[in-house]
Amino acid sequence: MVGMRSISSPAVLREERAREADRPSSQVAAFGADQPLRLDCGVDLAPFQIAYQTYGELNAERSNAILVCHALTGDQHVANEHPVTGKPGWWQTLVGPGKPLDTERYFIICSNVLGGCMGSTGPASTNPKTGKLWGLDFPVITIPDMVRAQAMLIDRLGIETLFCVAGGSMGGMQALQWTAAYPKRVFSALAVACSARHSAQNIAFHELGRQAVMADPDWRGGRYFEEGTRPHRGLGVARMAAHITYLSDAALHRKFGRRMQDRELPTFSFDADFQVESYLRYQGSSFVERFDANSYLYVTRATDYFDIAADHDGVLAQAFRGTQTRFCVVSFTSDWLYPTSESRSIVHALNASGARVSFAEIETDKGHDAFLLDTPEFVEIARAFLHSAGAVRGLVARGG
Amino acid sequence: MAGQQALPLATPAPRGDAAHRGDYLLMAQMVEGGSKVLDVGCGDGDLLQLLESRGIDGRGIELSREGVNRCVAKGLAVVQGDADTDLVNYPDDAFDYVILSQTLQATRQPRVVLENLLRIGRRAIVSFPNFGFWKMRLQLLVGGHMPRTENLPATWYDTPNIHFCTIKDFVQLCDEINVKMERAVALDLYGRPLRLNAPWWFWNMFGEQGVFLLSRAGKGR
Repeated sequence: MVGMRSISSPAVLREERAREADRPSSQVAAFGADQPLRLDCGVDLAPFQIAYQTYGELNAERSNAILVCHALTGDQHVANEHPVTGKPGWWQTLVGPGKPLDTERYFIICSNVLGGCMGSTGPASTNPKTGKLWGLDFPVITIPDMVRAQAMLIDRLGIETLFCVAGGSMGGMQALQWTAAYPKRVFSALAVACSARHSAQNIAFHELGRQAVMADPDWRGGRYFEEGTRPHRGLGVARMAAHITYLSDAALHRKFGRRMQDRELPTFSFDADFQVESYLRYQGSSFVERFDANSYLYVTRATDYFDIAADHDGVLAQAFRGTQTRFCVVSFTSDWLYPTSESRSIVHALNASGARVSFAEIETDKGHDAFLLDTPEFVEIARAFLHSAGAVRGLVARGG
Repeated sequence: MAGQQALPLATPAPRGDAAHRGDYLLMAQMVEGGSKVLDVGCGDGDLLQLLESRGIDGRGIELSREGVNRCVAKGLAVVQGDADTDLVNYPDDAFDYVILSQTLQATRQPRVVLENLLRIGRRAIVSFPNFGFWKMRLQLLVGGHMPRTENLPATWYDTPNIHFCTIKDFVQLCDEINVKMERAVALDLYGRPLRLNAPWWFWNMFGEQGVFLLSRAGKGR
C-alpha cells in the first residue's frame, strides 16, 4: 500500500479515466428516453447508463444473484484487475472462487453507482442532449436514486429476487436501502461498517472534502475539463483527510509511528519528513488519477442526505416492518467513522420489526478500512451468514 | 411451602444425550413446534442450534463478543447485547418464547429482566442454578466459605453471577410479579430431573438447577 507502483504517466491515466466515464471497460445497461429514472430531487433522468461487472453464472431458477454495492470511491471492479490502476479487485477478500461470495456458486453483480465516474452516468459523463460533459449540471442524487438505478439494472438482467445484497460503508447503506425499498426482492442483506443515516460528523468530513475540491482554483466552478485544468490538489487534500477517517490512531501508530521517510533527521522544512505524511500524499496523488472531482462532490452529497428513518416518519423500524429478509450487520471496534453504535441502532430497529438479524462486532485496530482488508473473523462471519442463507434458499446443501 | 401457587403439573423430562445437555433438551421440549424463540444469553448458540434443528425460528442475544461471533459463524441469528439494557428495545409480544438459560443470576435487575421476558414473549423459559442446593448449603455451613461447584467454579471475587437465588426465592418472585408457572422441573447435578412428586423443599434442597416454563397470569389474580 505504501510503496509506489510503477504506473502509466498521469496524462495517459487521465485520458483512460475520461474514457471510462463514457465508454467503460465493463458491460453497460443503457436506458433510453422511454425509461427515465425519477430522482429524489424531482428530475427525470434520461437517457442514462449503468456500467456493471458480473462474475459466475446465473442459475436456471435465477435465484443465485448477489448484488455487491461499492463504497464512496469504489467501482464495479470488485473482483477483477482494475482497468485504470491495474490493482486487484477491491473486495477480493470476499468475492471469488471458494470465497464467501463464491463465484462458482453465485452470480455476482457489481455496478458503478449513479453519479460515479467509471461508466455509470454521472457528472463526468457526456450529456447526450447537449454533447457536453454534465459537470455541475448533473442533478444532485441520493442513495435511494442509486438503488433505483440498480433495481432497473436487475430488472434488465431478468432477476426478480436477489439472493443477497452486500456492501460496506456506502455500499452497506445501499444494501439497507434495498431492503427498505424492495423488501420482497432481497432474500438476505449483508451490511458492513455502515449506518442508517449519515451523522453530523460524517457530513462534516464530507463538507471538508468538498470545500477542499472547490477551493482549488483549477476546479473552475466545476468546468475543469472544458478549461483544460484538473483540481488535483483540492481532490488530493480531500482524499488525504478522508483517508485519515478510514484508519485509526492505533493503525497509524502501528504502520508509521513517528518514523522518518528516507532520512534520519528532520529537514526543518515542510517536506514529507514523516512516513505518515508521505503515505497520505501518495494516497492523495494516486486517487486523483482515477477519480473525478465533481463525482466526488456528488457521491459525498448523496451519502450526506441518507437517512432511512426520515423517509419513514422518523422511525427506523418502520422501514423494515414485516421484512422477511435475513440480515447480517457487522461493525468494527476501531471504526470511528461508522462506529458500532450506528450498527447497533440498525439492529435495534430490525429487532423491533421482527427481522431475522445477526450482528457481530469485530475486534480490530484497522479502523473503517477493516471491511476492505483481510480480516479473518469478518470473512468467516460473511461465509457462515451466506452459507446458512444459501441453505434456506436451496443454493447450498444443508450442513455441507 | 415456597409459594402460594399450586405445584405446576410436572411432566417427565428427557435425559441428556451425548450431543446435548439435559437442561437444553428439557427446554427444547418445552417449546412448541413452529414457534419463534429468543434466547437471551445464548452463549455459543448450542441451544439455538438444537431449536433450529427442530424447525424453530430462533434468535439470540449474547453479551460476549466472542460468543456472538461464534454463533454468527454457525449461521445463527444472534446479536451482541445485554439482558439488562437491551431487552427494552424489543416490542411487546415479539416472540412466542423467550429463554433465559443460566443467565438470570448474572443480571443486575433480575426482576426487571423477568418482567421484560414476559412482555416480549408470551411465555418464558428460565433456568438458573439453585443456591439452595445441599452442596451449597453444606459449603457455607461447614466450610464457612462461598460455595463453588462443578457448574459454578468461579470464586466470589471474579464470578459474573451477582444475584444468586434459590428455587424457593424464585417461586416467591414469580408470585410477587404475578407470573404463572406452567411447568417446573428441578435437575440434579448431572442434569437429570428429580422425581416428580417431590415437595418443593425437596427440590430446593436437591435440585442443582431449576427450569421453569412461565406465562403471564390472567388479570385479577
